[in-house]
Amino acid sequence: MPNDSPTPRLSDLEPGSQAVVVGFHGELEPLKRLREMGLVNGTLVKFLRWAPLGDPLEIELRGYRLSLRKLDAEQIEVRPV
Amino acid sequence: MPTEQIDVAPGIETELATVALIGNPNSGKTTLFNALTGLRQKIANYPGVTVEKKIGVFMTQHGREARMIDLPGTYSLTPQSPDEAVTRDVLLGVLPDTPRPDRVVCVVDAANLERNLYLASQVIELGLPTIIALNMIDLAQDNGDTIDVAELSRRIGVPVIPCSAKTRAGLAELRIALSRPADSSPDWKVPVPPLVDQSLEMIRTELPPNHHLGFAQIRAILILLLSDERADRLVVDLGWEHMLHRFRTARASLLEKLPTWQEDTIGDRYTRIGEICEGVLRRGADAADAKTSFTDRADAVLIHPVWGWLIFLTIMGLMFLSIFTLANYPMDGIKWLFGQAGEWMKTAMPPGDLQSLITDGVIKGVGGVIVFLPQILILFLFIGLLEDSGYMARAAFIMDRVMSGVGLHGKSFIPLLSSYACAIPGIMATRTIENPKDRLATIMVAPFMSCSARLPVYGLMIATLFPTDDVPAWQKAGLLMGMYALGTLTAFAFAWLFKRTILRGRPLPLVLELPPYRRPSVRTVMQGMLDRARAFIRRAGTIILGLSILLWALAYYPKTGTDKPEDHLAQSFAGRMGKFIEPALVPLGLNWKIGIGLIGAQAAREVFVSTVAVVYSVGGADDKAEAGTDSVRKALLADKWPDGRPVFTPLVCLTIMIYFVFSMQCIATLAVVRRETNTWRWPVFLFFYMTGFAYVASLVFYQVGTRLGY
Repeated sequence: MPNDSPTPRLSDLEPGSQAVVVGFHGELEPLKRLREMGLVNGTLVKFLRWAPLGDPLEIELRGYRLSLRKLDAEQIEVRPV
Repeated sequence: MPTEQIDVAPGIETELATVALIGNPNSGKTTLFNALTGLRQKIANYPGVTVEKKIGVFMTQHGREARMIDLPGTYSLTPQSPDEAVTRDVLLGVLPDTPRPDRVVCVVDAANLERNLYLASQVIELGLPTIIALNMIDLAQDNGDTIDVAELSRRIGVPVIPCSAKTRAGLAELRIALSRPADSSPDWKVPVPPLVDQSLEMIRTELPPNHHLGFAQIRAILILLLSDERADRLVVDLGWEHMLHRFRTARASLLEKLPTWQEDTIGDRYTRIGEICEGVLRRGADAADAKTSFTDRADAVLIHPVWGWLIFLTIMGLMFLSIFTLANYPMDGIKWLFGQAGEWMKTAMPPGDLQSLITDGVIKGVGGVIVFLPQILILFLFIGLLEDSGYMARAAFIMDRVMSGVGLHGKSFIPLLSSYACAIPGIMATRTIENPKDRLATIMVAPFMSCSARLPVYGLMIATLFPTDDVPAWQKAGLLMGMYALGTLTAFAFAWLFKRTILRGRPLPLVLELPPYRRPSVRTVMQGMLDRARAFIRRAGTIILGLSILLWALAYYPKTGTDKPEDHLAQSFAGRMGKFIEPALVPLGLNWKIGIGLIGAQAAREVFVSTVAVVYSVGGADDKAEAGTDSVRKALLADKWPDGRPVFTPLVCLTIMIYFVFSMQCIATLAVVRRETNTWRWPVFLFFYMTGFAYVASLVFYQVGTRLGY
């Protein structure tokens, strides 16, 4: 399912680049907590880095840093800015 | 501890006003709690769950005492774990022995305003008189941020007190605010789609009349109930059981008609927060860059693909070594002290049952518990420093990929590592894992990590396995490392199995906040160490003492009148049990004498060595077992089956070691698992599955080994 649509996902970003969240895939429940932490449509995020072993990844949003797994980041559509 | 004496007796509980302290993780909530209540704290458990209930007493500025409850940290009132459910339930006043708080202090991290206001807005909606403690205001100012506090307070409708729990600035103002009579609750409402509003209104009219809850509060509660599929229990607790079906159908129909209403509501709340912060929060761009770059610069090294690992391994190695070596000095001191106490008792009391009970049962039992304290204190010193500095989240970030391979969380790593020293502090360290199933899986496999109590057993068996001393040291060391590796791999295998069977659950995404680095607070670290030590002594101590006395009785009774300790032990209940279980042991190549050792080892693994020493009547064994490894080894090697075959062949030594790698032989661990899971079900399961697996594994190993001619 991931990456067969043209919309880039959060996991496609390069370290240091920024993007705006534009949509979510998959079920509501697993990603609810991410939304409650401020990762909602319209939020500006900065991709910081991958963990040394390639997963999870670290982003910055609303002035703080958050880590999530690639699997979940693949469900989040973004528009690079 | 002065804390032990403060008695929050039931009578007083109802008289004192109750203030609930709530906030995001990393908002400095615990530091504020410690600063306000000092050492006047008490830790209990909420009924039915393993969530810690922290209560303290503090003084308002007018010198009146009030109770403060430190609620588990959460990002939202829609709970994802039992801890978070407790926070919500206390605010709603539905927990049986916790009164609904009279006021709420919501801790908001000034340097992370938007996200912290999400929870604050949910709390304010519930209608309890709320004060916002705008914590870490100094950090925000260092960042160059300015916050118009008066305007913020006006816009959200509750008092906002800027403060810094760490430097204690603003605490007097907070106490003054708590002395004032509570304001009426503001009319803050999160916007919801019209269809949801209609649904809320219909349900509201069907509810039984409630004089305690205002219109806005009921609306907020109903939104919580409709947006959480797992809120059925809360409906019952609120006394609306007859409407369960009503809630379920409303939930389903809303999701069908407006599939995204919950996401939209979360988004709308953030939009509203954005409006509130507009003009109130001014970020100082330049200073913020400088600040970010400190955490950035640190992370560039600490999460670096090469340096990151080196530093991580160094810190872990240092922690592990300290638990292993540094703790030895106080541990030896404690052993010596209890040894002296036992000796003194023997001279002070006439010999007899009572003397033996006190010296061999009580003093040894209590000593066996206290001896773990140095390890627990050192481990929690490290954990406290790592957590409070912000590094712990990075360790979980680095290790998550490894742990997720078997379905665990990055945070499971530290507890498992600690278990190499002792499973007890390791299991106590699982509290940092929020997801209850991950936490339980970690607890259930932690005892497979070879702890320091297995070392004396490995040592004796390796010595017996290589009777001559011309074997190169690397072979012995290699065998020892093999035992550690065997336990570790088995732990991972069982974690993998449990996460796919009995502990399978909804996959929760990893949501890990990486807070900015900061200097750890001595006070918070010390408080954490004290809390753990106290919890361990009080809860585990009672159970361990009881079981130690039981094992003492098994070895002491019935009285035989013989002078030789080995004869007495052979005829005691423990000896009879050893003979009774011998038929089960023979297929493993073991005889009844080893059986007695295994029964003794049920108290604690290292007891195996001293028990075996007594059984094989190695002169004056008992506590001098270490000095006598050589004589014990000789005695073991001299043991023969009735047909003249030696008992301790190399294969048997290996079988015993494998049994010790896998078997659950530590009542202290079981007691701690009982405490941490709040039920006997898990420790009983832990005991049977590990011991059963140990038996089968040893049986297969010995039988295959015999067939192969060893």
